[in-house]
Amino acid sequence: MILSKKKNDIIGSFSDGAFYALVYVFALVAFFITLYPFVYVLAVSMSGGEAINKGIVWLYPVDISFEGYKQVMFNNKSIWLAYGNTIYYTVVGTVFNIVATVIAAYPLSRTTFSGRRFFNFLIAFVMYFHGGLIPTYLLITNIGLYNSRWVMIIPGLVTSYNVMVCRSAFSAIPDEIMESASIDGANDIHILSRIAIKLITPTLAVITLYYAVSHWNNFFTALLYISDSNLHPLQVLLRRVLIQASSELMDNSTGLEEKLIVSLQVRYVTIVVATLPILAIYPFLQKYFVKGVMLGAVKG
Amino acid sequence: MVLQKKKMTKERFLKAFKRDKYLYLLFLPILIWYIIFCYLPMGGLVIAFQEFSPGLGLFKSKFVGFKWFIQFFGSPFAYRLVRNTVLISLYSLVFGFPVPILFAVCVTELRNTAIRKTVQTVSYLPHFISTVVVVGMIKNFLSMNDGIINNFIALLGGERINFLMDPKYFRTIYVASGVWQSFGYSSIIYIAAIVGIDPSLYESAKIDGITKFKEVWYITVPMIAPTITILFIMQLGRIMSVGFEKVFLLYSPGVYETADVISTYVYRKGIESSEYGFSTAVGLFNSVINFLFVFGANQVCHKLTNTSLW
Repeated sequence: MILSKKKNDIIGSFSDGAFYALVYVFALVAFFITLYPFVYVLAVSMSGGEAINKGIVWLYPVDISFEGYKQVMFNNKSIWLAYGNTIYYTVVGTVFNIVATVIAAYPLSRTTFSGRRFFNFLIAFVMYFHGGLIPTYLLITNIGLYNSRWVMIIPGLVTSYNVMVCRSAFSAIPDEIMESASIDGANDIHILSRIAIKLITPTLAVITLYYAVSHWNNFFTALLYISDSNLHPLQVLLRRVLIQASSELMDNSTGLEEKLIVSLQVRYVTIVVATLPILAIYPFLQKYFVKGVMLGAVKG
Repeated sequence: MVLQKKKMTKERFLKAFKRDKYLYLLFLPILIWYIIFCYLPMGGLVIAFQEFSPGLGLFKSKFVGFKWFIQFFGSPFAYRLVRNTVLISLYSLVFGFPVPILFAVCVTELRNTAIRKTVQTVSYLPHFISTVVVVGMIKNFLSMNDGIINNFIALLGGERINFLMDPKYFRTIYVASGVWQSFGYSSIIYIAAIVGIDPSLYESAKIDGITKFKEVWYITVPMIAPTITILFIMQLGRIMSVGFEKVFLLYSPGVYETADVISTYVYRKGIESSEYGFSTAVGLFNSVINFLFVFGANQVCHKLTNTSLW
């Protein structure tokens, strides 16, 4: 009896050992696969042209050189122009998003608000059905938003999903707080701006982040509605350089042979320059992203 | 009596309006925004039944009934587009759906906190990289002459492959990179579900001397099965909506055979060739199918859990 238990234990611990080995192997493979593309891009961006050409850069920079960075960052100002535009769209756009989301969500969270059910339906319905690309395109070009900075801000003013998340946060505020404020003579605008908004800051932080990331990554709006390259955000420039292999960020004085080598490096440098800010702030913000998923899950 | 009742409703309405005037004031700009940017385009869907010309506008353009729909379904593109759309979603579902679950199980079993945190944090990262950069990396990695994949193949003595120009690789590239982009972020919800499992279940299992494999199979998996089911159904609901951006950035005319989906076709026909009526009709067809799928999925989830998005 005792013996057989011991035997079971041995089998058990052997099998558990295999289990943990498997778990660690899988986790490490996932880790490596996720990170490797970034590591590789970074390595190529800092390597010497000859090493890149020979294809011997795999994991770390070979013959470290910052030639590529020099070209991308100092040769012409187009990347900085695009950077500036993206920062502008992200900052201004996110401020508009937050204000609009709050003033949409607060009334909808008040149980006394007449018409609440109808308005709730109105904003939920567009999550399921929308006019589609062409009618929206015709509308936006017809109301004069084509080639205007506002096109990056106004048509994406609110997302119904975020309004709903924000609405649930407002709904979670205890009624007594609101009631005591309104007995003290505060109207809804006061209650919202002085009390309610402070009580939902954790949710607002998450929503701000979502809006900011979507502005930073927004490419399609600019593709459709902005042809003036002075207004182009970073993502449109990235598309030209990375995907359409445009040579606009390269130094034109170098010879053809050299150009071929450098062109690959310039593309990888561009990736680094464009994603580094996100990678730099990401570790500090990631807990909010996780929180965001959970907000959505509770709501659903 | 009736008059009195009418008067009362009117009074009640006025009273409510007076009480809520600030709420209305707050909501008004949003209401206007929704009407202009969401509901006006829905009205614009009549273009799908018109010989629309921007000069004549919505009200004067000639009405053509179902002409565009008939034209679309009569063309060889209809089958190809629907097939590509469904297949890309279906492959993404089949290959992409299990990975986050497997990853979540592994991550929660990692005993070293530092390793677990690092692996988790890194895994979410690709989700926040823009589609343009992701596709940029894919294209450069797969490039025939200087891409790392082909460098590697060449190193092993193989023949360089023109991945991006060969239709047979498109779906694989799309789905594999899609898994890379999303598995970490999608795992968050499963990790939360696993962490939320009552630890006493595991403790009693341990007393019974159960192996870790069995523990996962008989405790973890059944306990997160409801989450799995819901997410699976919601994904099924999105089967006809393949994200436009990634296909658009990744494809090229050489691979339309396997890559072209409804949304990219609508873009080319509508924006690039200005066939407004026709492309609106195709888009409307897609929207309606999408609506039915998502609505259906939502209804099923509602039945299963008594919660819904609606």
